[in-house]
Amino acid sequence: MSEKIKLTIDGKEVEVNRGTTVLEAARKLNIDIPTLCFLKEINQAGDCRMCIVEIAGRRGFVPSCITMAEDGMEVKTNTPELEDSRKIMLDLILSSHNRDCLTCVRNGNCELQALAQKYGVTNVEYEGQKVNDSIDELSPSIVRDNSKCIMCKRCVATCKNIQGISAISVAGRGFESHIATENENSLNDVNCTFCGQCIEACPVGALREKDDTKLVWRKLRDKDTFVVVQTAPAVRVALGEEFGMDIGTNVAGKMVTALKNLGFDRVFDTNTGADLTIMEEANEFVERLTKGENLPMITSCSPGWIRFIEMNYPELLDNLSTCKSPHQMFGAILKSYYAKKANIDPKKMFVVSVMPCIAKKFERSRPEMRNDDLDNVDAVITTRELARMIKQANLEFKNLEEGAFDDPMGEATGAGAIFGTTGGVMEAALRTAAETITGKELDEIEFEEVRGEKGIKRATIDIEGKKINIVVAHGLSNARKILEEIKQGKADYQFVEIMACPGGCIMGGGQPIVNSKTRSQVDVRAKRANALYEIDEKSKIRKSHENPAIKKLYSEFLEKPGSYRAHKLLHTHYEKREKYNK
Amino acid sequence: MKTLEEIRKIREEKRKELDLRVNLKANTVEKHILVCRGTGCTSSHSPQIIEKFREIIKEKNIQNVKVIQTGCFGLCSKGPIVIIRPEDVFYSMVKPEDCEEIINTHILGGNLVERLLCKDIDKSEVKRLDELNFYKKQKRIALKNCGIIDPENIDEYIAFDGYKALEKVLFEMTAEEVINQISESGLRGRGGAGFPTGKKWEFTRIAKGTQKYVVCNADEGDPGAFMDRSILEGDPHSVIEAMMIAGYSIGADKGYIYVRAEYPIAVQRLKVAINQAREYGILGENIFNTGFNFDVDVRLGAGAFVCGEETALLESIEGKTGRPRLKPPFPANYGLWGKPTLINNVETYANVTRIILNGAKWYSSIGTEKSKGTKVFALGGNVVNVGLVEVPMGTTLREIVFDIGGGIPGGKEFKAAQTGGPSGGCIPKEHLDIPIDYESLSEIGSMMGSGGLIIMDDTKCMVNLAKFYLGFIVDESCGKCTPCRIGTKRMLEILEKITEGKADMEDLEKLERLAGTVKTSSVCGLGQTAPNPVLSTLRYFRDEYLEHIKNKNCPTGECKALSHMQINPEKCKKCGLCARNCPVGAIIGSREEGYKIDVDKCIKCGLCKSKCNFKAI
Repeated sequence: MSEKIKLTIDGKEVEVNRGTTVLEAARKLNIDIPTLCFLKEINQAGDCRMCIVEIAGRRGFVPSCITMAEDGMEVKTNTPELEDSRKIMLDLILSSHNRDCLTCVRNGNCELQALAQKYGVTNVEYEGQKVNDSIDELSPSIVRDNSKCIMCKRCVATCKNIQGISAISVAGRGFESHIATENENSLNDVNCTFCGQCIEACPVGALREKDDTKLVWRKLRDKDTFVVVQTAPAVRVALGEEFGMDIGTNVAGKMVTALKNLGFDRVFDTNTGADLTIMEEANEFVERLTKGENLPMITSCSPGWIRFIEMNYPELLDNLSTCKSPHQMFGAILKSYYAKKANIDPKKMFVVSVMPCIAKKFERSRPEMRNDDLDNVDAVITTRELARMIKQANLEFKNLEEGAFDDPMGEATGAGAIFGTTGGVMEAALRTAAETITGKELDEIEFEEVRGEKGIKRATIDIEGKKINIVVAHGLSNARKILEEIKQGKADYQFVEIMACPGGCIMGGGQPIVNSKTRSQVDVRAKRANALYEIDEKSKIRKSHENPAIKKLYSEFLEKPGSYRAHKLLHTHYEKREKYNK
Repeated sequence: MKTLEEIRKIREEKRKELDLRVNLKANTVEKHILVCRGTGCTSSHSPQIIEKFREIIKEKNIQNVKVIQTGCFGLCSKGPIVIIRPEDVFYSMVKPEDCEEIINTHILGGNLVERLLCKDIDKSEVKRLDELNFYKKQKRIALKNCGIIDPENIDEYIAFDGYKALEKVLFEMTAEEVINQISESGLRGRGGAGFPTGKKWEFTRIAKGTQKYVVCNADEGDPGAFMDRSILEGDPHSVIEAMMIAGYSIGADKGYIYVRAEYPIAVQRLKVAINQAREYGILGENIFNTGFNFDVDVRLGAGAFVCGEETALLESIEGKTGRPRLKPPFPANYGLWGKPTLINNVETYANVTRIILNGAKWYSSIGTEKSKGTKVFALGGNVVNVGLVEVPMGTTLREIVFDIGGGIPGGKEFKAAQTGGPSGGCIPKEHLDIPIDYESLSEIGSMMGSGGLIIMDDTKCMVNLAKFYLGFIVDESCGKCTPCRIGTKRMLEILEKITEGKADMEDLEKLERLAGTVKTSSVCGLGQTAPNPVLSTLRYFRDEYLEHIKNKNCPTGECKALSHMQINPEKCKKCGLCARNCPVGAIIGSREEGYKIDVDKCIKCGLCKSKCNFKAI
């Protein structure tokens, strides 16, 4: 039991545990102290000075986000002096901020804009020189716009503390200080993995995905192009947030209707691709386990993770599963098997993937992701970009009817759905691998050990007396720990699942951005994950190898998992990648 | 390694040998030629003077004469300084080519080299150092050994009671007793804020933790300040010894001296001193067989002003970018690598050994009621005697400027003094009689600061002064928090508008409001004090601001944009020299009608003014 302390905030007494910040204590009293640089447990630096309060006996104003509550403390949060100071602070930040709010991608979802509205800022008093205004848009995934940066450093803290990458950091001093990469190079040429977690952390429009909606619109309007779309499992449990729906609402049906309204010729479910991935990956695992080769096998469906291992642990590339990620596999099948079946010229087919991920934009452009001189996937848009397209198409998303994915690839299993959360790939693969090994049906198909928020989840699975050590890690700093264990020979794992983003795809860098305050009050990951587990639970079929569409695909086209054709279309290879390009 | 007995023996024997350094009547045939090797004198060729002396002495095979390098004597404007002991003859502004004459006339001939004797402010010729008015009101405690010993020779330090305080502490005192002495002495932090030193030591002593650290802040960054540098250059062991005493008191076995890399001589002397102390077994393990361990290392700062802020300094020692931490927790509880850490600045430490040896009572008898002891100032700017002075607390500004400093040169008037550097404020004429101590200075809107004392005459524009200091802050802000990163920049921009005649009264109001917010809301001392130069000049020289804003006029002419060239027809002899020299043809007229300056064309280069033989421009 932690020690209880009492303090007074704005005349009201509140009891909290020792170790609670003044900000948290105030929120307990429903006092909404404004913050900007604060991001719970990630960036608690007290830099922006928006959350300043007065504490009796302390000199000057102190930041409530990092000041610990103390017994008997007397705090004031809204004196006229504090309000004046906060207004000046806001004015100063706005004075060096590129205020093209109307045309900014974060218009309406900007923490700075919200504060400016809250404080009734109608003009900026302290106009002056602006900070450096360089824009980096060289990478396929991410755009960094320094003119909008407010130096809250939430991105830097995320990149360093959560991902352990430090692709960005603060350079320069004083007014000249700015967020920079190694040698001020583009993110494309440094150790950035394109996980996009920095975008999720950014309170303003200084970091955003590379927008591909214009390209998709052009293809949709081109009558000669057959535009197919597929949506990742994590998209359906987050898209609704962009339209004011609760976090964790499953909007699959409305999403399908919206996509059809946008003009896509076919709407498919990447969950089916995930089922296909499981078939290949489970087979690959069983093979490696039998031969004792390249163990542990590590999953390969998170492209940010792939960039990470290629840059940081090239000596372990053989341990990666050779499986392409689900949407790439699916793209390859669409342009071969499905095109032939539907009698469409694959050259005229344009495959769009809606993904919770910005690294997928990069993955799509990899030269390995091509078959028969065609890209497997032609464009990747994020959940946020899809929401924008839906808004641009004047659709009242909330009121749309429920639609269904198109056949013949529409039916997916619950195993495919849980791909979107940490532990999901492992669980889905175990369902299939265990039955492949034993030839018997599993009694219990839910693997609780690999579920939940813990950064690293270890378990030993017993398959007919055969002990298999598995580990699931999410977030790249956790991934690094596992790789170090493997590299140093300290671990005896057979199967490893790694996701670049903390929480897995549901918390990907392409997902709707949740503001700092909500992030500290709501467990976004759990809500989105629960929605996926619910889909799994309600699914008639919960194991990939039982998916009839997949069975048919193998019998009609691929023969069997790991076949020559499967290898050609569904598997890939990896290469050592320099962290810093010259 | 030396035993305690051996060190005591060195102290006794060496003290006798060096009696001539401090005793005019020393019974010796030896003569010591002391040459200042502080940064100032070094840059005006004192190393070559030393070399030259040694060359001549060797050449002429002169016996019983030694050439000794010392730390700063204080009167830097008269450097390079050479002093002959025991007779204490003081030669100023010596050049290497003067050495021969000093040897021949003084050392061999027994006569004074009259032309090299220093002229005092009353024009009288002074023979001996302590006859100078400059020294009469000074009291040297922190600078006690500066100018007396060779800072690179540990034996000379030991001779003058060096490491005797350590011995006393280790053998006769408990940690509590040491801290009581420091507390009772009334010593307060000489870095500027004046926190009671004893209290700081006590906080660190009682802080929980087995590993603790002692840190010396030698990141002296105020423009014009060189007190700490001079102490390190002249008497490095006094700081090391004090850190050891602090380590004993708080339970630390490791010390770091964080010194700016721009102080190469100080760094070098510190390294020599540390090595010598290690060789003697004074630093290291089981010191004097007492079981007490202590060692010191030097860490170099890369020149960021903010690293003088104690928590930014700790970050820097840890190898991180020098940006301040939130306080509390204070370093006493959460310091270097999260361990309890004591941080004092150089001058604070330099007082410690004296307090231990002479007692708290002795120390607290010096100074004022709340500010005890002495303070070292780096006196600079528009004053005759530029240099290093140490005075008892409570000495008035007038005494420092006029009696010690020799007043304002060039027949000009005193206008203001700036203490505390960019964090401090200006003191106008009406407060010249204020006693210098922590409380009095903060009452009038300035602060003690670390000891920079810059005197300004009546040709200096106070708005321009505020702009200078704010410009410094903008350059040196680390950029961590909003008010300091953007706020100081906006303040500077408003000051620029004022000095360019583009501001209105609303700007002044905005400036004052912003200054208030930067003061209350910044993370660290740098930001919290950054508006002080603006606020204090506004307090005492508001009219000057208003003159810039309302009349677009800079009374001193320092603000170029507001000044313009004009020809005084009464003085003008119509020679036309100015017009012929003007590079832009802005001077029109003829020898018959006289000349006028077209202010629109004029680029204010000042060439006409310098060419005019009649001071008509």
